[in-house]
Amino acid sequence: FCFIDRTSTSSDCFKKPKTKRAKRFLEKREPKLTENTKNAILIKVIQKIPNPYLFFFRKNITRPFEDQTSLEFFSKKSDCSLFLFGSHNKKRPNNLIIGRMFDYHVLDMIELGIEKFVSLKDIKNSKCPEGTKPMLIFAGDTFDLNEEYRRLKSLLIDFFRGPTVPTIRLAGLEYVLHFTAMDGKIYMRSYKVLLKKSGCKIPRIELEEMGPSLDLVMRRTHLASEDLYKLSLKQPKALKPKKKKNISHDVFGTSYGRIHMQKQDLSKLQTRKMKGLKKRPAAKMTEEDEGISPKKSKSVL
Amino acid sequence: MAALCVEELLARAEQREAEPHRSVAVQKELELEFDLGNLLALDRNPPRAAGAQRESRLRSLARDNTQLLVAQLWGLPAGRAEGATGPLVAQLPEPFYRLPREKPLPRPRPPTRWEQFARLKGIRRRKRTSLVWDEAAKQWRRRWGYARAGGDPARDWLIEVPAGADPNEDQFAKRLRDKREKVARNEFNRLRNIARGALPGRGLHPTGHQSRAELGRATQVARVSTASLGRFQPRLPKEPAAPPPRGGKKRRFEPLLGDLAAERSRQLELLRGLGSKKPPLDLTRAVNKQLREEDAQAAAGKGKKRGQRGKRGRQRPGGGKGPAGGKGKKGGARRQQQRPAGRKRS
Repeated sequence: FCFIDRTSTSSDCFKKPKTKRAKRFLEKREPKLTENTKNAILIKVIQKIPNPYLFFFRKNITRPFEDQTSLEFFSKKSDCSLFLFGSHNKKRPNNLIIGRMFDYHVLDMIELGIEKFVSLKDIKNSKCPEGTKPMLIFAGDTFDLNEEYRRLKSLLIDFFRGPTVPTIRLAGLEYVLHFTAMDGKIYMRSYKVLLKKSGCKIPRIELEEMGPSLDLVMRRTHLASEDLYKLSLKQPKALKPKKKKNISHDVFGTSYGRIHMQKQDLSKLQTRKMKGLKKRPAAKMTEEDEGISPKKSKSVL
Repeated sequence: MAALCVEELLARAEQREAEPHRSVAVQKELELEFDLGNLLALDRNPPRAAGAQRESRLRSLARDNTQLLVAQLWGLPAGRAEGATGPLVAQLPEPFYRLPREKPLPRPRPPTRWEQFARLKGIRRRKRTSLVWDEAAKQWRRRWGYARAGGDPARDWLIEVPAGADPNEDQFAKRLRDKREKVARNEFNRLRNIARGALPGRGLHPTGHQSRAELGRATQVARVSTASLGRFQPRLPKEPAAPPPRGGKKRRFEPLLGDLAAERSRQLELLRGLGSKKPPLDLTRAVNKQLREEDAQAAAGKGKKRGQRGKRGRQRPGGGKGPAGGKGKKGGARRQQQRPAGRKRS
């Protein structure tokens, strides 16, 4: 079993996996209806200050904005669709490029300059466990009005949202990432959430500054064209909920069904015969009743 | 007395509400937008956190927004996981904010030759047991593989010469040859299925070994892959001439100075038609034709439904032009009908 895509060379395509493990590996990477959680590559150019977070492939990728082939190659090999590239030079100090891929080709890339950075270690507070799904808040109307900011918002959500879960433990909402767009800058702050007692069911929120906080400035962008972006947003039809016809709901939750009937001749309706109510043949009245319908009529369950 | 008590109670309640460190109320100019499936909140109000106390103002803004988001999350239908004493767990709705996919949508795989045949014949897959009883070994052995039931044929020390075969032929070599041929044939069929599944431009390979049909398709694709979509491509020496450009009445481009006689006759016909008083459309004939077409369509539709139930694999040529042609005629006929009626009344 193997899959075909336009980026695979012919030798990739015709090789059949020899073990079940290899087959599962390939199946995990092929396009699916409901996708896997996105993984990210963190790339860092050689710097003087060592950083404990992982980075790969330092030397081969130098300028993502000029040459994207090596980025795409590594994304394909590691099956990661998000990437974060950090660099520092005289022209662009403290540069951070955040980007995502579609079908192993670069979709969007935004270059941000870090003006102020406070790391996790600098703030001496208790932290929340790794892997908590964060709450994301975007403040500022620029995130809606400006096209580049809108893409940046989408990119940041993609990066930070984590796996999609059906249920969530309410007491476990500990981490919140707050992005504010103001005066041409984007302030990213991370807080730890403390749920305090209040008079009612909803707890009172107190925030404690925790993790990294960044002041970012948008530099260059490389956004995907409208039609490519639309193509990447396309969701499979199978996942769309099927709409049942002829059923409507009102505000109170009552559901209404519509039955389409043909025109009925009320004088010829077959009703229950009540001898006592039988009138003279001149003035015959039919009883009102429901439930008896002529032969040809559609009914909805 | 009662009134005083009530006033006191109200005052106390107000005081409690106004207590800043206990309230959950937040005032905002514009309502926030929530996407609870992603634990996302979007605040459209312009932030007022500039200036000296930026950090504290940012923090209070964050606190307000988080309070609103948490209020929404607490409003979701919740239950207790793992029994009555487990943690309180809320049901998240589907994420609303549309994010781009990682990979494009999967294309459905076209059926292989065997799958088509099986669908045609109505052959369904039988579930087989994984273990088979081996009489010789008195054990349950696997059907094929390492220690299979029936013994490994490659390890036979004796092969009987079948009746009718040449006695001098090497049966061991023959068995080996047959196996190799079978494997090669299987591989060939697999590649053929893959090639069939590819789109017209994708399965083609620039190798020497291509079938006639593949070469034809490749030339077709190459011809159309120019900026002008192959309109000015010269034909190869033995390539058949281009098919006449199809198109309706409006897309046919005849040369300007071609057939003078045909042009003359066409213009005269036009003038004759304009000059005559007879209406160009015969109403009764048009209506009858329309009715006949509708009946034919209804009959074809019924037949199609019955056919589809029995043999899903077979494709039926659909009547594409039928409804489109009918619509024009119907409108025309109706329009013609209305005018004479109006004339009669006036």
